[in-house]
Amino acid sequence: MAATAVSMLWLRDLFAVVMLSGIYSLFAAVLYVVMDAVDVAFTEAAVGAGISTVLMLGTLALTKSKEKAHKKVAYGPLVLVLVTGAILIYGTLDMPRYGDVNAPVHSHVAPRYIEKSGDEVGPPNIVTSVLASYRGYDTLGETAVVFTAAIGVLAIIGRRRKNKKDEPPTAKAKGESAS
Amino acid sequence: MMHQKSVLRVVSKLLIPPILLFALYVQFHGDFGPGGGFQAGVIFAAAFILYGLIFGIATARRVIPAVATRTMLAFGLLLYAGTGVWSLLLGGEFLDYSILASTPKAGQHLGILLVEFGVGMTVAGAMTTIFYTFAAQTLGGDEPPEEEV
Repeated sequence: MAATAVSMLWLRDLFAVVMLSGIYSLFAAVLYVVMDAVDVAFTEAAVGAGISTVLMLGTLALTKSKEKAHKKVAYGPLVLVLVTGAILIYGTLDMPRYGDVNAPVHSHVAPRYIEKSGDEVGPPNIVTSVLASYRGYDTLGETAVVFTAAIGVLAIIGRRRKNKKDEPPTAKAKGESAS
Repeated sequence: MMHQKSVLRVVSKLLIPPILLFALYVQFHGDFGPGGGFQAGVIFAAAFILYGLIFGIATARRVIPAVATRTMLAFGLLLYAGTGVWSLLLGGEFLDYSILASTPKAGQHLGILLVEFGVGMTVAGAMTTIFYTFAAQTLGGDEPPEEEV
């Protein structure tokens, strides 16, 4: 994983970078499976490795596929990134060890989800119960985020297509007439 | 143009129905196994994106027009929020599914089914819409953008 991330930093060929980011996502998905988070792994594999790679390729078709070479090292941003990274790593020092039974995440609401969700909500997959029922508000928010993202893309680059209306493929016009 | 590559065309035609079926399985089996609305929506959209890549955006738009994906996009979120409002109208709290049916468990089941379906529709609609929008930028949407890279 680290090797893919580092080579993504060094490569100038953006096509290779997109491919590597897909591979990175797949590695992340495998990591989630190892940590028994199959639902998250599923999402990572489908979204990270699948759809976003396709969308990145679509973006590459719009732009150049080579990154411009910057010879100068920008020290200000470098220091900023290093300091932020150091603070973040310092923050993780206080986190409980992975799999620690006494970690707050295992002692707060998790026992109730595990013991009672079968009676209170029903589905055998506790993740679904938590996602859709206990945390229904959060999921509503997430759905709204996805919705907003699509609307944003439409608002930014979706409109420009109107200018090309003079070339009329039938199916395109059908899609546009109601948009 | 990818239109002439018969291996790609035949294989993608073989693959798309199972992908759609798998998306539905992931959608409705989410209560029992890994999966749910988000994953199902993405897989569902992937089938159409694959179709668009192989056969061209114009053909894909004929299969599922942009207005349909945008309707899905909006209707999914509306279904989710509407389920919440429905439980509100029945006298419960927002997104409290227990009162949607005669027993709390049946209500929860129905509610989860509805909101997961809403999530799936929104995600599928969003992914297809974004793909269409990006693809339409190159060559007026007649050809998939990936041919150039």
